[in-house]
Amino acid sequence: MTDPATLAHQVWDVVVVGGGNAALCAAIEAAETGARVLILEGAPKAYRGGNSRHTRNFRCMHHGSLGPLVETYDEEEFFDDLLRVTKGETDEALARMCISTSEDCLPWMQAHGVRFQPSLAGTLSLDRTNAFFLGGGKALVNAYYLTAQDLGVTVSYDAQVRHIGIEDNRATHVEVEIGETRYRMQARAVVLASGGFQADIDWLARAWGESARNFLIRGTPYNRGVVMKDMLDQGAQSVGDPTQCHAVAIDGRAPKFDGGIVTRLDCVPFSIVVNRDGCRFYDEGEDVWPKRYAIWGRLVAAQPGQVGYSIIDSRSIDLFMPSVYPPISADTIEELAGKLDLPPDKLKATIAAFNAGCRPGDFHPQKLDGLATDGVEPAKTNWARPISEPPFYGYSLRPGVTFTYLGLKVDNTARAAGPEGLYDNIWSAGEMMAGSILGQGYLAGFGMTIGTVFGRIAGQEAAAHVA
Amino acid sequence: MSLDVSLQTDPGAISQDPMEEARRQVEICNACRYCEGFCSVFPAINRNKVFADGDITQLANLCHNCRGCYYACQYTEPHEFALNLPRALADARADSWERLAWPGGLARIFQRSAAAMAGALVAGFALMFLAIAAIPAGGQGFYAYLGHGAMVAIFLPAFLFPLVSIAMSLRTYWREVGGGAVRLADLRAAALSAGRMKNLDGGQGQGCNFEKEERYTSGRRHVHQAIMWGFLLCFASTGSGTVLHYVFGSPAPYDFWTLPKLLGVPGGLLLVLGCVGMVMLKRKADPALGATGREGGSAAFIWLLGFVGLSGLLLYAARGTALTGPLLAVHLGAVLTFFLLTPYSKMAHGFYRFTALVNDAGAKAGRTG
Repeated sequence: MTDPATLAHQVWDVVVVGGGNAALCAAIEAAETGARVLILEGAPKAYRGGNSRHTRNFRCMHHGSLGPLVETYDEEEFFDDLLRVTKGETDEALARMCISTSEDCLPWMQAHGVRFQPSLAGTLSLDRTNAFFLGGGKALVNAYYLTAQDLGVTVSYDAQVRHIGIEDNRATHVEVEIGETRYRMQARAVVLASGGFQADIDWLARAWGESARNFLIRGTPYNRGVVMKDMLDQGAQSVGDPTQCHAVAIDGRAPKFDGGIVTRLDCVPFSIVVNRDGCRFYDEGEDVWPKRYAIWGRLVAAQPGQVGYSIIDSRSIDLFMPSVYPPISADTIEELAGKLDLPPDKLKATIAAFNAGCRPGDFHPQKLDGLATDGVEPAKTNWARPISEPPFYGYSLRPGVTFTYLGLKVDNTARAAGPEGLYDNIWSAGEMMAGSILGQGYLAGFGMTIGTVFGRIAGQEAAAHVA
Repeated sequence: MSLDVSLQTDPGAISQDPMEEARRQVEICNACRYCEGFCSVFPAINRNKVFADGDITQLANLCHNCRGCYYACQYTEPHEFALNLPRALADARADSWERLAWPGGLARIFQRSAAAMAGALVAGFALMFLAIAAIPAGGQGFYAYLGHGAMVAIFLPAFLFPLVSIAMSLRTYWREVGGGAVRLADLRAAALSAGRMKNLDGGQGQGCNFEKEERYTSGRRHVHQAIMWGFLLCFASTGSGTVLHYVFGSPAPYDFWTLPKLLGVPGGLLLVLGCVGMVMLKRKADPALGATGREGGSAAFIWLLGFVGLSGLLLYAARGTALTGPLLAVHLGAVLTFFLLTPYSKMAHGFYRFTALVNDAGAKAGRTG
């Protein structure tokens, strides 16, 4: 069935490039109209699903309870949340369309095999805004692949698309590498949903600077932007800052790729963070961690070697979810400095100066307690308690890249545009076009919203085009 | 009290030791938590930050091997974290049964070896043929072949010894997992969970991922229910016969419209159908998600259990014919083997699982750890 030579001998109604959430939504919508659909997934089957396999929820507008969601989350509040994180870097019309369509998506997802669960332990604040997938994103991806299979969609894994053949503003075929061989898949319509370029470290280094080579990539190693680059080389219109990526601070020992959710490190607010020279560089207690983990990605990225070290004492070890990596521990600061490969005298001096700046007062780990340092530069404005009770613990921090902002420009029917305006038969969805709406920052669960809304639209439009 | 971070393991350090490996994987699960809604294991994980040996033993025995978490997991191989929680917990679980059994060596043999179980069954047959041949009998029905006194003399110790052995093991288990005082409410919660096989329903009634990979089905839950309720009905049948005999002075044989038969015949049918179904499902299921090296012992146990049910039904069907004698020896031989091997075979899992459910009910209510 999936012998590539056989696949190359037919004309497909819709070829979907990519195998994550957006691609699957498009494939399912198209197949439900009776279209013959081929999915070309660049990853092997075990790693199918792109970054969707690492996701955990779907941000969704709703009026009254919907699925696992409680109360109401209306368009205005949703849009305000988006404005706050993007600082206005969004296409309002597209964003509002995406937000208002999200409400219909949740029941559609359920009808196509996705199961939701109440918000996870420790995420209660999201139970109104974000619907959590039972089993996480990989379970969602599995459900969609099963649904697609039942609808007769053909899936080819390890299928790296190299080139979209375009003539007179129309896609004519898709060139794909399967094994060592290049095949030409003939397509009447094409949906591009193959993500950003964050796993291409060379591209990241060209865009951001050489320091990006020290970044960790939180998600799939298969989002290398091959198809996006091919489209841009052919003059496709783009959106989003080509130099920027979304990065958060994660445990520095995380795998280079695919570490996902478990590499998070929540100790920063209760710690001091030093760079590899043993110097502090930012207010660790500026706000609660969910509001600060993203800026710490950039802060650490700006330090020498793109690394930071978060240091706490024994009084703080039980205040946060433990990292999946055990802390480096020592009974003295010198010993800890030795184990972390930091200059011992400098670290001792930094901690002594910090401790001298701590004032008496009530420490409240669960809220902004205003316990700030005095006369220390930079100040720590909350949770400033001396690092004095052994054993001492240290964790390394590195920037972990979640996604890149550069994408294809689409209209409100998810249609991509070339040098001469909208293509006749090329649509794009998911991370690959998310820069239109999410030009800066990130809103938890919104990537899946964009993928679902635009994936479905792309699939419907592509199917209507070939009908 | 400060958190004992010395219990934490490196997520990349895959271990050959079942306890260490389960701890490594459980720590990764606790940092992820995506699977919270599947079963009781994940909420139990989330109640802890670090995991002592007793915590791992409890989680391992709470896991019903529904496999939902495996197919949903973003960290399964080829990912370097190589998560396979169903197998890690199955290994720790089988290890705990072998460690806690008394005497322990027997569990190591019968949890692993189908040949050992077959050998024990043949020995059981031989013993019963010998008993029927050697011991003078007198009575009606079965008692014409083996007298009531002889039956009691053989089966009372064969029934009580395993119970005592299991009770001792469960006491050690309870200490190891740090169980507290048992409340009636905990027993009730455990009975409800086991009775409905709640932990095989995927959390939302969609079933588990046993024989069709990432597709949910209720197949395993249904066949397991058939086996469990079939077994309990057969057990109730024997119990009701005992009561009829001693309390009401009404010895076997019993007519069809009596409790022993009304319980025993459907029970036997359910047991046989359930065991056949389970054998078929296990053939389709991926052995890499079950306990390492226990496939033989586990399969042999299902055959034995199914054979107990089948031989009992045949014995009833062949009543009054010349086959009664040999069938009685075969059936009683199987029952004897089954009883004696209970603490050392896969049968032990029911006792540990129920105890784990009781402990979990207490922990959920915040009474124990």
